[in-house]
Amino acid sequence: MKNIVVCIKQVPDTTEVKLDPVTGTLIRDGVPSIINPDDKAALEVALQIKEKTGAAVTVVSMGPAQADVALREALAMGADEAVLVSDRKFGGADTWATSSTIAGAIKKLDYDLIVAGRQAIDGDTAQVGPQIAEHLGIPHVSYAASVEVEGDDTVVIRRNFEDRYHIIEAKTPLLITTLGEEIEPRYMSVGGIFDAYREKEVKVWGYEDLQGCVDDSNLGLKGSPTQVKKSFTKPVKPAGTLYQEVSADEAVEIIVNKLKEKYII
Amino acid sequence: MSKNVYVFAEQRDGVIQKVAYELIGKARELADALGQEVVAVVLGDGIQAAAAELFKFGADQVIAVDAPVLGEYSTEPYAKAMNEIIKAKEPEIVIYGATAIGRDLAPRVSARVHTGLTADCTKLEIDEESKGLWMTRPAFGGNIMATIVCPNFRPQMATVRPGVMQALAEDPSKSGTVEVFDAGVSEADMNIKIREVVKDTKKTVDITEAKILVSGGRGIGGPEGFGMLKELADELGGEIASSRACVDAGWIDRDRQVGQTGKTVRPNLYIAAGISGAIQHAAGMEDSDLIIAINKNNTAPIFEIADVGIVGDCTAIIPKLTEALKKLEK
Repeated sequence: MKNIVVCIKQVPDTTEVKLDPVTGTLIRDGVPSIINPDDKAALEVALQIKEKTGAAVTVVSMGPAQADVALREALAMGADEAVLVSDRKFGGADTWATSSTIAGAIKKLDYDLIVAGRQAIDGDTAQVGPQIAEHLGIPHVSYAASVEVEGDDTVVIRRNFEDRYHIIEAKTPLLITTLGEEIEPRYMSVGGIFDAYREKEVKVWGYEDLQGCVDDSNLGLKGSPTQVKKSFTKPVKPAGTLYQEVSADEAVEIIVNKLKEKYII
Repeated sequence: MSKNVYVFAEQRDGVIQKVAYELIGKARELADALGQEVVAVVLGDGIQAAAAELFKFGADQVIAVDAPVLGEYSTEPYAKAMNEIIKAKEPEIVIYGATAIGRDLAPRVSARVHTGLTADCTKLEIDEESKGLWMTRPAFGGNIMATIVCPNFRPQMATVRPGVMQALAEDPSKSGTVEVFDAGVSEADMNIKIREVVKDTKKTVDITEAKILVSGGRGIGGPEGFGMLKELADELGGEIASSRACVDAGWIDRDRQVGQTGKTVRPNLYIAAGISGAIQHAAGMEDSDLIIAINKNNTAPIFEIADVGIVGDCTAIIPKLTEALKKLEK
C-alpha cells in the first residue's frame, strides 16, 4: 500500500443550523463550516493505514476557495498532500457531475486505495463515492465500519447492513466509503496545525488542470443530469397546544384526554 | 422509446423486503398517471416463487434474475444485472429502496448507464405537463425540501426511504408469469470476496412498523429511563424508540434510532419524552399523526411540531401516565 487518496467535503455544521421562528427559513449566518463527519472517519482510516504501512495520504476536496480550511485541517490531522478542485465551471454540479470531476482529478494522482465518507450531512445522498469508483472502473465497498490492510494489496472491510454485516476481502485498487458513527477520528496535533499552515501547501486544480481527465460535457450545472426544479421550506403544520406550569397529574389528565379524543385508548 | 415504471424489489435471504411492496404501491400510481405498466425486478437465488407474489401487490410484470451469485448482496453482480435489464428494456423510471443495499446499488448503476439519481425521496409524482418525474427530497436535515427533475436522461431514477410510501392491499385474484431474465451474471463478476456473513442474532425490532412509539431523549436521565418508557409502551401496545443522543451514549441499540441518520417513522402516536427535537430528529418523525412531547425546556424545538406539548419532567409524568392507563383498563 503506497498511496491513499481521501475525498472530503466541507459542509455547514447542520447540527448548528436553526430555523427562523417567524419565516420558517434557515438561519445560515454564523453557522460554522466543518469537515463532513463521515469524511473525517475516512481520513482516520487512511491515517491508521499510513501508520502501519507508510503509505502517503493525499486529501482531495471539490468546492469553493474557502474549502482550503477543511484541507488544512486534514493536513493538520496528518495527511501529506492536499488538492482543492475548484473552478467556476465546476459549480452547480449534481452527484453525477461532481463524481465525474473528482474522478478526473484522482486520475492525475497515484492511488491504491481511495477512502471517502458514506455521505455528507448537507445532502445525504451517499452517491458520490460509488459513482467515483464507477467512473474510475474500480470496485467499491460502502458502509464500512472497519478497515484493515492485509499484506500489500488486500483490504478487509466490515461492511454494515441494517440486519447483518459482511466481512469483505478486496484487492486494490479499491474505493471504500466509511461510517462516521463507527470510526472515531483523531484531533489535529499542535505540530500538525503549524505544519499545515507554514510548511505544507494546498494545490488548487481548476478547469485547465483537468483537461483530458474529464469531458466538458460532464462538468458543473450543464453536465448534471438532474436539476433542481424548485426548493422550499417544509409547510409548517398548525401549531399544537403548549401547556406550561402544569402539575404531573394535570399533565397526565391532558394526555389521557387527548388519547381518548383520538380513539387511541 | 423508454417506458414503464420499474421497481428494484430487494430480497434478503429469499424474502422480499417490505420496502419493495411500498415502492410497488407508489409505482402503481406513477404508472397509472403515465398510462404505463409497473415492472418489479427481483435479483436473487431461487427467488422466482417469491417474485410471483408481487403480481398481487400491484406489479403488471415481474422480472427475475435468478443466479447463485445474487443470493447475498454484492455490488458488482447486482449492478451488472440492473444495467443489463435497463439496456434491454429501456425503463422510463427505476426506483430503489433507500436501504444499505439500494443506496449502494443505485449510484453505481446511475454512473454506469449515465443518468441522474435522486436520493431518499419522500414524494414522487408525474408532472402533468412534461410527463416527467418530480422527485422531492429533504436536504439540510429536513429543513429544505427540493424537487428534482431529470429531463434529458432515462431512466429517471430515485431511492425512497422505507416507511415513506404505502403498500397496496393484497389482491389474491391477481397472478402472472415471472419473466426469467438472463443477465449473464456469474461468480466471475465477484470483484470482491465475501469472507463471512454475520446476521444479527438478537431479535431486531422494526420501529417503522409500530403504530405507537414511545421515544426517549437525553431528558430521560439514563439507560434506565427506557425501562420507564417500555412500561408505557407495553401499556399502549407500542414500541420504544430513541433520539440519536441516547444511541450515541450507548443507552439503547441503534435499530431504535429515529431521525436523519436513523429511521423515518410515521406512527399513529409518537410520544417524545425528554427529546429536544433538533431538526435531524424531527425529519424522522414529524409526519406522525399525533405527537405528544414532554420536555423541561419550554423553548425545545420539539414543541414546534408537537400537537400536545407539556413543559415538565418526563421522569415524573411518564410513570404516572402508565399508572393512569392501567387504572383505566380496570
